[in-house]
Amino acid sequence: MSEYQWPDPATRPLLGKRISRVDGPVKVSGRAKYTYDYNPDGLLAGKILRCPYAHARITSVDTSAAEKMAGVKAVHVIQGPGTEIFWAGDEIVGVAAVDEPTAEDAIRAIKVQYEVLPHFVSDAEPPKNIAPDSGPISRDEFDDMQDNQVPDEQLIAAIKTKGISFHPSEKFLKGIQDEGTDAKVIAALRSAKYIASVMSRSPYKETAVQTTGEPDKAFASAAAVSEGLYGASCITHCCLETHGMASEWPTDKDMTVHISTQNLSGIAGQVAEPLGIPAGNIQVLQQYIGGGFGSKFSPDRWGLTTAHLSKKAGGKPVKIMLERDAEQEVAGMRPSTFARVKVAADKDGKLIAWESRSWGTGGMGGGGTPPLPYIFEIPNQRKQNIAIATNQGSARAWRAPNHPQAAVISMGAIEDLAAKMNLDPVELITRNLDLTGKRAQTYREELPIAAEMMEWKRHWHPRGDKTAGPVKRGLGLSLHTWGGRGHNSDCDLTLHPDGSVEIKMATQDLGTGCRTIIVIVAADTLGIPIDNVKLLIGDSRYPVSGASGGSTTSGGVTSSTRRAAVDAREQLFAKVAPALKAQPEELEAVSGSVRVKGDPGRSLSWKEACSKIGAMPLTIRGKNPDKAKPPDLTNSGVGGVQMADVSVDTETGIVRVNKMVAVQDCGLVVDVKTAESQVLGALIMGISYALYEEKILDPVTGRMLNPNMEFYRLAGISDIGELKVHMMTGKGYDDRGVIGLAEPPVVSPGAAISNAVANAIGVRVPFLPLTPDRVLAALEQGGAHASL
Amino acid sequence: MKDDTAQKPDSNAGVTRRDFMKISGIGVAVPLVLGPKLVEAAGEEVAVHGPGKVPITLSVNGRKLTAQLEPRVTLLDALRDNFNLTGAKRVCDRGACGACTVLMDGKTVYACAVLAIDAQNARITTVEGLTQGDSLTPVMHAFVEHDAQQCGFCTPGFIVATTQFLQSHPSPTMEDIRHGLSGNYCRCGTYNGIRAVALASGGRQS
Repeated sequence: MSEYQWPDPATRPLLGKRISRVDGPVKVSGRAKYTYDYNPDGLLAGKILRCPYAHARITSVDTSAAEKMAGVKAVHVIQGPGTEIFWAGDEIVGVAAVDEPTAEDAIRAIKVQYEVLPHFVSDAEPPKNIAPDSGPISRDEFDDMQDNQVPDEQLIAAIKTKGISFHPSEKFLKGIQDEGTDAKVIAALRSAKYIASVMSRSPYKETAVQTTGEPDKAFASAAAVSEGLYGASCITHCCLETHGMASEWPTDKDMTVHISTQNLSGIAGQVAEPLGIPAGNIQVLQQYIGGGFGSKFSPDRWGLTTAHLSKKAGGKPVKIMLERDAEQEVAGMRPSTFARVKVAADKDGKLIAWESRSWGTGGMGGGGTPPLPYIFEIPNQRKQNIAIATNQGSARAWRAPNHPQAAVISMGAIEDLAAKMNLDPVELITRNLDLTGKRAQTYREELPIAAEMMEWKRHWHPRGDKTAGPVKRGLGLSLHTWGGRGHNSDCDLTLHPDGSVEIKMATQDLGTGCRTIIVIVAADTLGIPIDNVKLLIGDSRYPVSGASGGSTTSGGVTSSTRRAAVDAREQLFAKVAPALKAQPEELEAVSGSVRVKGDPGRSLSWKEACSKIGAMPLTIRGKNPDKAKPPDLTNSGVGGVQMADVSVDTETGIVRVNKMVAVQDCGLVVDVKTAESQVLGALIMGISYALYEEKILDPVTGRMLNPNMEFYRLAGISDIGELKVHMMTGKGYDDRGVIGLAEPPVVSPGAAISNAVANAIGVRVPFLPLTPDRVLAALEQGGAHASL
Repeated sequence: MKDDTAQKPDSNAGVTRRDFMKISGIGVAVPLVLGPKLVEAAGEEVAVHGPGKVPITLSVNGRKLTAQLEPRVTLLDALRDNFNLTGAKRVCDRGACGACTVLMDGKTVYACAVLAIDAQNARITTVEGLTQGDSLTPVMHAFVEHDAQQCGFCTPGFIVATTQFLQSHPSPTMEDIRHGLSGNYCRCGTYNGIRAVALASGGRQS
């Protein structure tokens, strides 16, 4: 029986060590070619004319002047007269021209007339009495309900009573079945009544009140109750490489696509369907991607437009990369979430009751439902969520969808309760870890480590820094969790008779270190240096691997690579055994050689060993999951703890992060170096959304006021303070298998920083980002929000 | 420290942005001509290029590169689209993020905020010009060693900025780094590694 399980620490030369990312040199030298850099001879520049109104109906489109312009090679009307447009920046017409200036001129020459309709872009607190919503469930809402693990019975009841506004295709149903959706839910979808979605008059969609236990009784018996207002505003993904795609038609029926995507293996199908060509005729390519963060899973309308334009231009390559303003306005947004919360504890500091009314917007789709209360399964709960449909480009998955917002709300409420009880929040949280379920032991081990790294006991003080001077200092913390099970992945590993090893996989490296961990696993298993492994990714003609979303890539690609490499090693041993006068099971592959265990003298160099394969190379397919080749090499469910130390200038309202610490579990860490980078990056991205980032919509025009990078502010190198990361490893972690790390560490920074600010200035600043105006307003109100 | 002072642009350098502002209100139909046309604007004679394509010669990484470009084309777009030097990235396209940082006569500039026609008499160095073949500079090695990159899209801009910064600050303090490298943004969050690069490189040199 082959030994697929991850090796013990003693027998893994590369796994779990600190290894520099293998694509580092090509990136630092500027030689890495991104989709934006695709620049073949004859490339046509594509541009999109976008709707300037947040809600309008197109009355006429006149492209005649543009079509006559010299240098314009194709014009494609994306949405024509009569179409209702629901957000500013939506795509109306695409053009392709010999260069960008010409394409820009052509866009300006197009005349589109609109009937402007009333828009709504406010995500302020909804009124108390909202007419009940009986409208059908949209695809987005269904996805949200699944993401938020709405119980099956509830999901089925909602589908039966409300109907659905989408036609679930067999492919879609198969997809959700593969993801573990219950057969009863699928049956309910199949038999659901189809109701065409009508724009409801009310932008508010209220969920039913969910009640667990006896919240009223619990609140009445509580020793302490805290009420407050918490939340996080809409932010954008702000990928540095904007979304974009290039299409070309080498023949009438074959397409080549270059695209900035997190979903290389899934793009061909999405392009093929609307174009009416077989997915197999489309080759999708991408070597490097300049950020995705959850916003790049589809070809999008602009991508499909490049295909239409290219076809009209005789198959020549047409590339559209979004301008920065379009990127910010329509190509990715994290829903806002706000909540009024009441939380209670008994005299022992045990959380006993939770009540929340939450709301937020994710664009026309409404918004996500935050998993409240976060982490802690408080026994008595009453909660309700209101999704607000607004006229703006739809939300996309933003790292750990809904979790950062839920953490800000829940951890803020619990911190305020601790302050009210005059308890150190670490103490209150520790007393309630049993409520965190499966991850309780992880948090129990992580909390003291984080506290020591932060010197929590030395620096923490009860709410409100009482020292003199305008600058106040405080500490805060937050906990988080995520799934992160490895996705489906196929890996082809080829052993060449000359000893070289080649791996092919249609995956993508978002900068997470995906390439590096694949190569580490293969080289570790085969006992060869990582330079001996040639890795080929980024081409849809390679074996299929899942989309990089939800922290699923690390577990998926390492598991399929491990199985391929173990099988390759076994087959090699079978070929080599006679030469070493041994049985295959007596052999081992270590330090660049194949040798007899316990008898290093009977050894062949890796190259000599591979020469025994014969004249032809040997290709082995590894898969994840693969029940025939146990054990399961990946797992789900991680825990993390973060703490923040901030200074707040109470005269200017400016918040500075002095220090953050992150203690993170992700099962078996394949490469400590890139794993730490992932966590450090999440802390920095967290500081950015905690203090600076906000997608600001103008209520008058319905347009984004800061669709750029000077007023949509990211954290810079001077904003980050000291950052410390500790990865949990060893027993209890390594043996769980590989679990993804992209989402979890980005969940807590906003909550930890918000809590540190409350601890510093003595009042809660309700909403992220914690901008100077919000800090000063909270100070002026003297914490009125925190004690509503 | 190596500090090349910018050469004074000669009269063939085309219209500067300031001059362009002065004359932008004038509705003169300018035909496609090879040389600049002189117009009277605000009491001065100003050379007008375009609006059609004009020959532009740039000195990039020690090579003379020529192309027919409209005067509105930025240095960044000329480098990327015409000369296939794609190391400098187009991210914000308006001088806010630093991803397009290149050296002009030894000083860092945002290539998206310089017109190609205005860059003709400067010595331009892009990230590609810092190395030859597959070699890496010490700063690049340090970026790999300290894992100061994730998706890598901001990295070439940071490499150019850090290279120039370490030349002018051979032993930087944390405060120097906070100021000197704050002209570049990263979205993945690689600043911790970049800080380590700057501190370590400085340590080696001091």
